[in-house]
Amino acid sequence: MINFQFTQATDVSDALRQIAADPDARLIAGGTNILDLMKYDVERPGRLIDISHLPLRTVEETPSGGLRIGALVPNSDLAYHPLVEERYPLLSSAILAGASQQLRNMASTGGNLMQRTRCLYFYDTVTPCNKRVPGSGCSAISGINRTNAILGTSEACIATHPSDMCVALAALEATVHVVGPSGDRAIPFADFHRLPGDTPEIDTNLAPDEIIVAIELPPKGFAANYSYLKIRDRLSYAFALVSVAAVMELEGGRITEARVALGGVAHKPWRRMEAEAALRGGAPDRAAFAKAAAILLHDSRGFGHNNFKIDLARRAIERTLTQAARGTPQIQAVKKIR
Amino acid sequence: MTYIGTATSRVDGHAKVTGAAKYAAEPKVADLTHGSVVTSTIAKGRIARIDVSDALQVDGVIDVLTHTNRPRMADTDSGYKDDVAPDGTPFRPLYDDRILFDGQPVALVVANDLETAQFAASLVQVDYDEEPHITDMQRQRDVASVLKAAAEPGANPFAPPKPRGNAKAALAAAAVRHQGEYSVPIEHHNPIELYASTVMYEPDGTLTVYDKTQGVQNVQRYLCGVLELAPDHVRVLSPFTGGAFGSGLRPQYQVVLAALAALALKRSVRVVLTRQQMYGLGYRPAMVQRIELGAKADGTLEAITHDAITITSQYEHFYRQETGWSGLLYQCPNATYAHRLVPLDLPTSCDMRAPSAATGVYALECAMDELAFALGLDPLDLRLRCYSDRDQIANLPYSSKNLRECYRRGAEAFGWDKRNPEPRSMRGGSELVGWGMATGVWEALQMPIAVRIALTANGHAEVSCATSDIGTGTYTIMAQVAADMLGLPLDNVTVKLGDSTLPQSPVEGGSWIAASVANGIVTTSESIRRELLDLAKQVPNSPLADVAPDGVRITDGKLVSNNDPARMVSIADAMRHGGVDRIEQEQTTRVPEDKAHSHNTHSAVFAEVRVDEELGVVRVTRVVNAVAAGRILNTKTASSQILGGVVWGIGMALHEEALLDHTFGRVMNANIAEYHVPVNADIHDIEVIFVDEPDESINRLGIKGLGEIGIVGVAAAIANAVYHATGKRVRDLPITLDKILQ
Ligand SMILES: Cc1cc2nc3c(=O)[nH]c(=O)nc-3n(C[C@H](O)[C@H](O)[C@H](O)COP(=O)(O)OP(=O)(O)OC[C@H]3O[C@@H](n4cnc5c(N)ncnc54)[C@H](O)[C@@H]3O)c2cc1C
Ligand code: SF4
Repeated sequence: MINFQFTQATDVSDALRQIAADPDARLIAGGTNILDLMKYDVERPGRLIDISHLPLRTVEETPSGGLRIGALVPNSDLAYHPLVEERYPLLSSAILAGASQQLRNMASTGGNLMQRTRCLYFYDTVTPCNKRVPGSGCSAISGINRTNAILGTSEACIATHPSDMCVALAALEATVHVVGPSGDRAIPFADFHRLPGDTPEIDTNLAPDEIIVAIELPPKGFAANYSYLKIRDRLSYAFALVSVAAVMELEGGRITEARVALGGVAHKPWRRMEAEAALRGGAPDRAAFAKAAAILLHDSRGFGHNNFKIDLARRAIERTLTQAARGTPQIQAVKKIR
Repeated sequence: MTYIGTATSRVDGHAKVTGAAKYAAEPKVADLTHGSVVTSTIAKGRIARIDVSDALQVDGVIDVLTHTNRPRMADTDSGYKDDVAPDGTPFRPLYDDRILFDGQPVALVVANDLETAQFAASLVQVDYDEEPHITDMQRQRDVASVLKAAAEPGANPFAPPKPRGNAKAALAAAAVRHQGEYSVPIEHHNPIELYASTVMYEPDGTLTVYDKTQGVQNVQRYLCGVLELAPDHVRVLSPFTGGAFGSGLRPQYQVVLAALAALALKRSVRVVLTRQQMYGLGYRPAMVQRIELGAKADGTLEAITHDAITITSQYEHFYRQETGWSGLLYQCPNATYAHRLVPLDLPTSCDMRAPSAATGVYALECAMDELAFALGLDPLDLRLRCYSDRDQIANLPYSSKNLRECYRRGAEAFGWDKRNPEPRSMRGGSELVGWGMATGVWEALQMPIAVRIALTANGHAEVSCATSDIGTGTYTIMAQVAADMLGLPLDNVTVKLGDSTLPQSPVEGGSWIAASVANGIVTTSESIRRELLDLAKQVPNSPLADVAPDGVRITDGKLVSNNDPARMVSIADAMRHGGVDRIEQEQTTRVPEDKAHSHNTHSAVFAEVRVDEELGVVRVTRVVNAVAAGRILNTKTASSQILGGVVWGIGMALHEEALLDHTFGRVMNANIAEYHVPVNADIHDIEVIFVDEPDESINRLGIKGLGEIGIVGVAAAIANAVYHATGKRVRDLPITLDKILQ
């Protein structure tokens, strides 16, 4: 870890001013990711701007019937918030599938979106990594890539986004509210994270001088038919090999609406509208789920160690959709898969 | 006996939970400096240049030690040989420009505080002349060197045993054969306490070293050798150890670095490794084992062949006898073994909990399971048909062996008789249920050890020995045994250990300390009793005047005649009349070699797994481990040992694996977020059963020790259960879900 300055922002505009004034600065919220990266010398900020005291800790109902979640609401508070548990149980479940209780107590909503990949090479400054040092090469493509991506990869990078919460937010079609020097903007969740392309060093479409202030959930929470299923190498406290967030609405034995987002398989939560369209109007049966899985995984590609993810993802999608359709969502505290 | 055999809570428990117990990185030292280690980023080559100028510029940095400016060190291999070093040329930390493995220390930055040292360490620039390295065992399999079988039993306990009979012919003639190749990856110890040393530079120039180790006297001798210091110049202490599991048997490099810096700077220095650096220390060697079994149709074994290939460094030949367990355990007239060693550009592999047995028995017990299926026999039934009351290699009876009772009680507690033998036949909802079992075996070793006891007139005893308590409960069992032998309440016994100036002890390993030190205490207590009796005889009209030396015992602070309990003299009176206020005895105990018996502990492990049929997710829902390990000194600390062994066995079966990138020769998951060990969610019901196993010949108290036996057999029982559940035989660990779905 290098020596750095530490300052506290007094309000959002102060944070914006500070970050604009020092391109070498990084925000720190819960610190559960940025501090690790600094200890590994992956991040070497000259300044940390502490935003953890800013008044962005509330969960409020919006006039349209949705929820607005402050960027500093801790992951635990959000998961156990009564309105979230009642109306957006998918989000609760996805959060509780991630990390550990201690980490969730510290981790913030905004920080969770901005957490960086867990690709083993990204963390090791000795090895080439395009995301860490653009142009240095990708060690994972021909190296250890058990946890890497199978969808939306590029020649430059096959990293995944590691968040569980974000997979649920993608399925719920949340909106990310950000502020920057030129004012506010709202970014649809699907446009927030990027695919690696030629610029894997850029994870998101948040500009370097912008700050996330809130996440907005639309009114529809799919509380009746949802499930978040996370498959990993031990039963808790491990990043997803594959995770699936599935929600649907059913009417008269037919699917009227369905959404499926995948985690652990791409540089961003992975959705394909065609898969969801294929489900719409049909019966919630295995054949339909298999078809949706095939569309979601079309063009998937393994890199050796992670080849198994393609088949695993297919199985997980079908299972999660089944759980959602039956109204028997995965319960994170119970490790048996329903 | 009041305390032996009871569930006595740890005597050091309070100190541990309150933080009063100080570990190697914790003693408060005036004027302490802090070292941060810079490690190599290549696996093989030479250091072309080290530029420390930026690091030296940092405010608060005192010095940077490298091979170019370090103090004098020994220049012969013998200077670096520790008590348990394998053959070869030991690694010399910071000695010269040669790089032998990735993660090798190349510099130590010393500063006034840790953060400054760490920051400055990141500024040290090292240029290398890199040479091609090899870290992939598979690439070297064919050039592995063959280890010669021991000429006679015991000559080299780690080389393969001598073959017996003609396994090849017997295999060819066998009615039923099974052959399989089983592999285990590199595993790391991951003790919660990081390797650390605090070296205090004393005013007279001597060194007092707080070190994380399993053997203070080993470290003391090693440091004297490396630094060419007189024995009385170095004292090593390790009163508490936060787990080590074999990684602390040999001195680790941070103690050399800290001592070098202390000598160079004439200041006290603390060096703590990072978690990542811990993966540059020893490890359980990766291995491939090939086993072939031949049996008659009735399940009696006719032939065993067990071949192992294990890895070590390029500079030392570390190996253990993986293959011998197969020849030992079951009745079988023909057995051959082969062991090949692959040198790689890695640090030397080392002992890790139940070295060779955790792995060798894993392969054997999976193979036995496969044989049972081939024969159409219940796996437990097969073990019983091959049961041997004799050590099949040495052809000797055991001092005691109650494995049969382990099988019986374990099976009963588990409900084994309700097992449907057919794979994939048992279900619970969406999960396939599998039941598997395996046998465990370990050695019951004892080492010469010295124990000192000082008894004061007010009935307090101090028991001391240079052994360690690596978290196993040594403090507690020492106090229990001494309290019983000296007839004192437990609270009246103080235990001192982990100090190189105390009476001689071997390193704490091999499960030999409990038996050795307990016997040491028995012997020294007897000397105390005899001396007390001599004093008691000086009491005017002593009621014990004509009692023979062994005719008394100590109870309740009194010396009492065995024949006539009415005749007694209190400790206080005896000492008063003898004109002393304390007596002290030190004895070295060497259990006479028992050439008529073999000495082993055994276990029977039963495991239940539930495997999601569609997704391959495994849950280990039940484990019963029934253990026969002689007399159990403390049922509480002993069950904790077995529980820990089972948990580790679950990790070995399902999770643990160091991921090496062979391009870089580097461990890529060098942290405990990515190197997986079981978490709470992975652990369900574990039942530990201790089977009665009286043993009159092994030692005076019938103790065998049980630090290692708890892990042996667990991975096999789980692998066998996974097969029974799914019909899928996964032979290379860890059993991750992709291998099940394949
Ligand atoms: C051992 C371990 C296991 C984990 N397991 C999981 C898991 O299984 N699933 C999972 O989803 N997550 C997991 N996590 C990750 C965890 O969820 C994230 O570290 C956490 O959500 C980050 O939030 P934070 O507030 O601590 O972020 P910080 O570490 O404070 O910041 C992270 C990044 O976000 C930026 N940032 C923070 N707030 C804002 C904002 N308001 N606007 C713009 N930028 C901002 C920071 O500048 C920084 O770059 C794990 C973490 C650890 C250490
Ligand atoms: S996959 Fe991406 S993060 Fe991983 S090594 Fe390649 S470029 Fe770096």
